This record gives sequence, C-alpha cells and structure tokens, in this order.
Amino acid sequence: MTMTDSRPDAGRSAVTRRPMRLFRNLSSKLALMPLIFTAVVIFLGGTIWTIVYSFTSSGLLPRLNWDGLSQYERLWSSRKWIVSIENLAIYGFFSLIGTLVVGFTLAALLDRKIRGEAVFRSIFLYPFALSFIVTGLVWQWILNPELGLQNVVREWGWTSFNFDPLNNPEIVMFGLLIAGLWQGTGLIMCIMLAGLRGIDEDIWKAARVDGIGTVKTYIRIIIPMMRPVFVTSLVLIGAGIVKLYDLVVAQTSGGPGISSEVPAKYVMTAMFGGQNLGQGFAASTMMLVMVFIILIPWAYLEFGGRKNG
Amino acid sequence: MADIGILAATKSAEHPVYRMIDGPRGAKPKNRFSRANIIVYGTLFVVALYYALPLYVMIVTSLKGLPEIRVGNIFAPPLEVTFQPWVKAWQEACTGINCDGLSRGFWNSVRILIPSLILSVAIASINGYALSMWKFRGSEVFFTILMIGAFIPYQVMLYPIVILLREAGLYGSLTGLVLVHVAFGMPINTLLFRNYFASIPEELFKAARVDGAGFWAIFFRIMLPMSLPIFVVAVIIQVTGIWNDFLFGVTYISSPDRYPMTVQLNNIVNSVQGVKEYNVNMAATLLTGLVPLVIYFASGKLFVRGIAAGAVKG
Repeated sequence: MTMTDSRPDAGRSAVTRRPMRLFRNLSSKLALMPLIFTAVVIFLGGTIWTIVYSFTSSGLLPRLNWDGLSQYERLWSSRKWIVSIENLAIYGFFSLIGTLVVGFTLAALLDRKIRGEAVFRSIFLYPFALSFIVTGLVWQWILNPELGLQNVVREWGWTSFNFDPLNNPEIVMFGLLIAGLWQGTGLIMCIMLAGLRGIDEDIWKAARVDGIGTVKTYIRIIIPMMRPVFVTSLVLIGAGIVKLYDLVVAQTSGGPGISSEVPAKYVMTAMFGGQNLGQGFAASTMMLVMVFIILIPWAYLEFGGRKNG
Repeated sequence: MADIGILAATKSAEHPVYRMIDGPRGAKPKNRFSRANIIVYGTLFVVALYYALPLYVMIVTSLKGLPEIRVGNIFAPPLEVTFQPWVKAWQEACTGINCDGLSRGFWNSVRILIPSLILSVAIASINGYALSMWKFRGSEVFFTILMIGAFIPYQVMLYPIVILLREAGLYGSLTGLVLVHVAFGMPINTLLFRNYFASIPEELFKAARVDGAGFWAIFFRIMLPMSLPIFVVAVIIQVTGIWNDFLFGVTYISSPDRYPMTVQLNNIVNSVQGVKEYNVNMAATLLTGLVPLVIYFASGKLFVRGIAAGAVKG
C-alpha cells in the first residue's frame, strides 16, 4: 500500500518521460524562479563578481584591468584598515565573551522559577527590536560627557568621576560595546533559555540527589550539555560582529579621528565615498574570508562530527 | 541544519515540554526571602535597570524643554512636560538638506515596507511550499546556495546589485530598494516556511493529489488556510528587519527626499550645523523606534518565536 512516488506520471515509461524531464513539475520550477534568481545571480554571481573585480584597478567605475594583488597590498598597508581590523578584533572578543556570559547568566536566573519572568524577559529583549541607528543615537546621548551619565555621577558628589568613552580613542570601542551588548544580549538570552528548558528535569533531580550545588550543576553538567546551543549562539554573534556598521555610523561616525573605524565602514567609504571601487572590493573580500574563518570550524564541528558519531 | 525543527520553535509555547518544566525543579521551595532568592531578584533587578534605562531616558528627554536639559540631569523626570520636541521632530527637524521633519522619512519607510512585506512573504511562502512538497532535481542545491548566501556579508554583494539595478533602470528608486529587501529577506523566510510545510502530514498532500488538485490549488486551498501562525511570524521578522534597515537605504536610494526613516534620523541627529536640540533628537529617535516597539509589545510571544526561528538559520 505504501507508495514511493505518488505522481500520476510515475508509471509512464522512461522513453516518453525523458524528453519531458524539463517540463515535469513545471509549476514548481516556475514558482521557484525568484529564489533561483536570488541564489544564483545575486548571491553566488554577486560574490564571484566582487572577488574577481578585487584583482583589478577599478576606480570610479568597475573595469577589468588586471592588477594582481596590488589592491590587497594597498589595503594591508593602509593605517585605516589596520585600525579597523584591530577594532573589530577588540569589539569581537569582548562582544563574544560578554554576550555569552550575560546571555547565559540571565537565562539561568530566569530559569530559577522566579516571579515575573515574562516582565523581566520583555525588558531584556526589547532592545533587540530596535535598529542599530536608534541604539547608537540613544547611547551617544547617555554617554554625552557634559549632560549625560558622567555629569549625573559628578552631581551625585563623585566630582572626579571620569567616563567619556566616545571622545577617548583608547576606550571608544568599549563605548560601542556597551550599546552593542544592550541591543544584542536579549536574543542570546532567549536562545539559551530555550536550551535550558529543553534539558531533562531528571538531570536536576539526579544532581540534587547527589548533593551537587546549583552553580556547580550549571557549570559541570548543564553547560556541557548545551554545547549545540552555544555553538549556534557563537555563529550568530560572530556573523553579527563582522557586519558591525550602522552602530558605528550612528554612535561615533568612526571617530574620534579614525579610532572607531570598522571593516564594513571602510568598504562603504571606499566604494561610495572615495570612488575607490577596487579597494572596496578587496576589503569586502577580506570580510568574506573572515566569515569563512568563523563558519568553517563550525561546519566542521556540526557536519564532520555528526558523520563520525 | 535546516531540519532543526522550526516547528519546535514555532510551537514551543504549547509544547508539553513547557508544561513539564513548570513542575518542581531546581532547589527545594524555600522561604521566598531566602538569601539565594534575594541574590537572584537583586541581580535581575539591577540588570533590568541597565536595559530599561535608555528607553526611559529617551522618553524623559523628549518631554523636556532645552533649558531644562542644559541645567538638569538626564535621569530626572521633566519638571514641565512639553510635547513641542515631538511636534518639531515630526514636522520641522532639519537634515541639512530639507527641513520638513521626520514625517517624510516615515512615509518613505511605509512606502518601502508595505510592498516589500507583501512581496517577500508571498514569495517566501511559495518557495517554502515548493521546496518541501514539489522537490525537483536541483531544488535542494538552490536552497543551499540561498542559505549560505545568508551568511555572506552584505558589503560583498552591494556593488553587483548596484549594477543590476542600474541596468534595470531602478537604481535610486524605492522600487529598487523594495526588490533588494525581498532578495535579502528570502533566506530566513524561505527556511521558516519550508520547515513549517515539511511538518504537515504527507497524507494530506497525497489525498489532494489523488483528488486531482494541482500545485496552486493545493497551495491556496489547503496549505494557506492552515499556515496563519507562520505568516504572523514571517510578518514580524520582515517588518522589524525592513523598518530597521539602514545599509540598503543609504546605498540604493540616491535622493535624500526618498531616504527611509532610519537614514533620515541619522542625518538629523548627526548633522553638524546649528544648536544640538537633544530633546528633538530623542523625540525623533523614539518616533523611529516606535513601529518595531509596538510590534514587539503587541506580538509578545510570537516575537520570541520569530527570533527563535531566526536563530535556527545558524
């Protein structure tokens, strides 16, 4: 009774079927035209196009004048690009650690059977609904040295209090980080909370019977069990970090000087501000490489690991 | 990766697992004011302040007069409530090019949002349906390319799209931007619908086939009526995503008259000329954040499910 192929033409002979292959399932193929176009022309084609043109000397307009690796040489000898990469590394490192620690801690606290869980959860998550532009502008105002947080703390009596990250090249990335964590930790908290809720209750019972403390149970048993959730979070945070752009534009515009420039902003300036397309293509290709550096270990763990066991 | 059930994400609230978790768990029920409880609530409360503060500051600042802001403290509630900054932000705020306020950007964003939303949800639902029930040779390959594309930094594809749009005569127009939103919203929404339709019992599909229904008849008469919840989730993802976009707006719109709200907001607040009117700036910021905030607080649990669905793309 079980049918492997329910299509009405399944019984037809191979001879009549072969020339018709292209037309079989035609509606489905037609319906997927927008998807095929997006995947093949925009995503695949666009990426290949940019990589190819990153080896040319394109300036105002894209031209196929081969120029070898000279765009990349110029890129890596550019002070602004080096600063961008360093900034991204600093922001990325602290953002990764901060988001994971804060996200998991909040999820664990919310999972302690507390009252008002829904209220706390909506407070932690609402920033995620806001754009980076809104996020950057509101934190720019709060961190305003004359009228913002610094001023308030001084008024409270701590007159030597000094906290002006947006005008201090040394710590400007941490000013961005405060805003970035505010916007993004709610998402990771949600994912972690879903992960915690998926853990079998018996684990907790067993841990209690064995007399293991709550904190110890989290660190020794729960976190190792949540490895897939942490991996998903890591990939999400990582992909978000490489894209960092709007927040910088809104909050600091890359300043003071070039001290909060990031790669995505470098690309935009080169392509649409500086009429320096080749540099933009080379820099965006480097961004692509960065994403692959994040994704390949993940894909290896996810898919390579599954095969082995 | 795609098969990590979206269904789990979309149905989680009713799932029996949730009810099970509501049973006794963790430490033994103790006195409500035990030390552990005080630490838990204390930490949550302090952290909640950090998250709630910016919204509070935005509201308070936008209701103060400029003199009060200059002498006062940003956390203090307004002594004298004024709605003037809101009116000014909406009608007269200057971007450096024009001075007719954020209302222009708001209507541009609406004109971008509505067609993008309808087109992208329609296309994504058909994609999901075709990919899960009408597979053909190669359909999985296209889907995989699409999903890998979701991880490529947008900057890599920005310029080739400029060329495509210019060839089509759409560069700089709202229509062009709409098409860009449709393309970049496709991976996540297609995944969402594909996994949802894949969870529908196959017998239903087979029965309809036996009755002679074709591709479109099954889609419109059987699948659509039973997939309302997933449509709501897709709409939430798309509305917040499109409304909050800055990068595409600034790249593909050539004239400041047509800039979406986020781009105009940034130009208003970060314009260097004139006196900084912090109250107007905060009113403008709040106005721009209002649409996603309303969606967020109105949709409640569905927003969380949308996010969970988005997370599964990883």
